[in-house]
Amino acid sequence: MPAILINKPFNPWDEIQQYQSEHLQSGHYGATASFVGTMRDFNINESVSHMTLEHYPAMTQHFLDQLCLQCNKQFTLDDSLIIHRYGDIYPNEPIVLTAAWSAHREQAFDACRLLMEELKKRAPFWKKEVTENGERWVHDDQ
Amino acid sequence: MTTQALIVKITAMSIDVQFFASLRELIGKQQFSLNYSEGIDVLTVWQQSSNGATMPDNTLCAINMEYVKTDAQVKDGDEVAFFPPVTGG
Repeated sequence: MPAILINKPFNPWDEIQQYQSEHLQSGHYGATASFVGTMRDFNINESVSHMTLEHYPAMTQHFLDQLCLQCNKQFTLDDSLIIHRYGDIYPNEPIVLTAAWSAHREQAFDACRLLMEELKKRAPFWKKEVTENGERWVHDDQ
Repeated sequence: MTTQALIVKITAMSIDVQFFASLRELIGKQQFSLNYSEGIDVLTVWQQSSNGATMPDNTLCAINMEYVKTDAQVKDGDEVAFFPPVTGG
């Protein structure tokens, strides 16, 4: 059920495998849904060399922990997991992983989607991109 | 004089104010300790902490890590945060 904030690259597929083997009851879940967000090397018609992801550490952790708890209860999940980067991030590096485990696919799909959509709307992170023309904050409509 | 000093001591409160991302750059500081009397709301905290800058329309506010509106009342010891729309994920 944890939300993990991390300031270095991670492999989402390894994390799913590891979390599953360490925390899920074998034979109890029948569906695993996951979403991985990865950094692009372009945005708004410009090349992006890298970005810095700022966050509000205590509130971000609190918000994501509560979001996992809410989804676990709402969708009767076996478990859920969020991993999110902060700090300097480069193209092709994963930014975020959301995953949900449940008995049936519908709950896992819906929970994984809600985890990601709520995170995008309300978790306190802010992206600052670096392009050949300098730095810029990313706005929520981009 | 003694009574007056005592009243000031009882009603004064300390608020931890924080700014993030573009608002930190706008205000020029990340953290600020605001001492104020009772009966203050979030908008007043901004006005007392922002060096005269107008609050952008899309500013988000939180007290003790929970989203609130600008008319929410602030208590002694609260952490009040201001930040722009979020862009995680």
